Amino acid sequence: MKEAVMKASAIPASGLGQKRKKLICKLLWYVLVCLLAVIFIIPVYWMVLMSFKPLSEMYVVPIPWFPRPPFQISNYIEAWQNYPFPTYFKNTITVVLLTTVGNVFSATLTAYGFARIKFPGRNVLFVILISSMMLPFQVKTIPLFQMYKLAGWLDTLLPLIVPAFFAAATPFYVFLMRQFFLSIPEDLSAAARIDGCGSFRIFRSIFLPLTKPAIVTVCLFSFMDNWNDFFLPLIFINSNENKTLSLGLAGMTGQYVSEWHIIMAASVITVLPCVIVFLFAQKYFVEGIAVSGLKG
Amino acid sequence: MNKRRQWLEGYAFISPWLIGLFVFTLAPMIYSLYISLTEWDFIGEPTFVGLENYANIFRDDLAIQSLWNTLYYTVFSVPLRLALALTVAIILSKPYRGAKGMRILFYLPGIISGVAVAAVWTRMFDPFYGGINDILRWFGITGPGWINDVHWAMPSIILMNLMYIGTPMVVFIAGLKDIPQQLYEVATLDGANAWQRFRSITFPMLSPILFFNLIMQIIQSFQVFTNVYVMTNGGPANATSVIVLYLYQTAFQYLRMGYGSALAWVLFLIILVMTLVVFRTSGWVYFEGKEDSR
Repeated sequence: MKEAVMKASAIPASGLGQKRKKLICKLLWYVLVCLLAVIFIIPVYWMVLMSFKPLSEMYVVPIPWFPRPPFQISNYIEAWQNYPFPTYFKNTITVVLLTTVGNVFSATLTAYGFARIKFPGRNVLFVILISSMMLPFQVKTIPLFQMYKLAGWLDTLLPLIVPAFFAAATPFYVFLMRQFFLSIPEDLSAAARIDGCGSFRIFRSIFLPLTKPAIVTVCLFSFMDNWNDFFLPLIFINSNENKTLSLGLAGMTGQYVSEWHIIMAASVITVLPCVIVFLFAQKYFVEGIAVSGLKG
Repeated sequence: MNKRRQWLEGYAFISPWLIGLFVFTLAPMIYSLYISLTEWDFIGEPTFVGLENYANIFRDDLAIQSLWNTLYYTVFSVPLRLALALTVAIILSKPYRGAKGMRILFYLPGIISGVAVAAVWTRMFDPFYGGINDILRWFGITGPGWINDVHWAMPSIILMNLMYIGTPMVVFIAGLKDIPQQLYEVATLDGANAWQRFRSITFPMLSPILFFNLIMQIIQSFQVFTNVYVMTNGGPANATSVIVLYLYQTAFQYLRMGYGSALAWVLFLIILVMTLVVFRTSGWVYFEGKEDSR
């Protein structure tokens, strides 16, 4: 009897200890996550904060970390009007849209060929594709510069756009699409083939609709990569009317070092479309990255 | 369906990439190999000089320093970033409320990488008016000159690049999800503590993914460019001159195309060798179902 009582009282006590331990764990977790989050958010916060300040407040110590008036929206207007930002924007959007179309075109076709059709040399070619992902672009830069010069493409948007239609800019998208195509059951295409469908028909009316999420993922990766790309525009583009956003922004940091409030506003303008797209579509990003990393 | 037709169809499907491979990759590579054996200012005719460009790299102090700086950057940046990515991934895969939403936040810096972020960090690192030294002043610490200081410039670049943990983090989280929970339960019953559980379950189960991330990160970090170009342009006193920056300056500012091509090939060879070394020393990687073959 005594033993039974002791047991009965012991169980809730240890249960309570367990509960408290869990609660502390949870609390610690939240503290840690919040701390990390603050560290990661500081640069972004700083950028937005500074973009609304007058130039004089760039040089105030200690730094006023909390927003306080005056809020100078004119920084944005000035960045937009005094620098060729509308042109940069137009160029960036042109490049991003066309490369995305090109990447989807080349990646889906090529990936289907690798994933679903058997032909001699397929494995060797696929190994070449994988290795080409590791090739630093710099090895090709100088000859490409000469090739584009002969073709009259220098200082146009073409060197940024055309390679995408041949999966030459980022073979990674082919790899990604192939992973998705491989996950579609063989029976589906076999059944369609018995019904007399040709390969292209199967590709178009079975594989493409079934892998819509993957195509969205490729679109998003392509969008982000090209929006942020800097090395290619730096090499191939010269004149102001053909510059993309990142190239234009880099020019500002070099030339107008003192105008930090304008540069911060310009940075926000440059970054904002990417952030908005990401926030709406982050699910696809996470899935795409996970697939490429895990099944690779 | 007849075999030959099927083959043709296969080649037809991959033809966009196949054409691209020849036009935009193989042809430029061969051409680049040739240019690297010449002296060429891009305007006149290339003159053949044999392997002289490659030999010159070893006599060029700035080239050697750039290679050294790139190695310095890689050796610190890659392990630190992977360790941070793994830590954050483990933290965020706990089943607490808000963990999923936090992933977005940690991924965000990767989205806005590039020139804009480099511009922001240039200001953050300002010795006097910058955000970092301001925060350090709260604690009574006088911060260093960061990107303006010869000794601190490279650590600054390494530090800011720690923000880009998004991609490896997401891959780690996906990998952590695939580890069977029973393993942890059994280990806990056997009295294993958190470190032991990490050491003998999480690490081996995650090692193929760690391996994948490691290779990707090494390849990327040898090509570090944008941040250095915008923030320091190789300075102060060449302390942050990395190999791609030096290559860019050599080829496109000083128009030494032959020497630039040779530098590019050396970069390629180093990446290749590093990747092979990582593959060769991959004994720590646990491949499921393959353990008896080793």
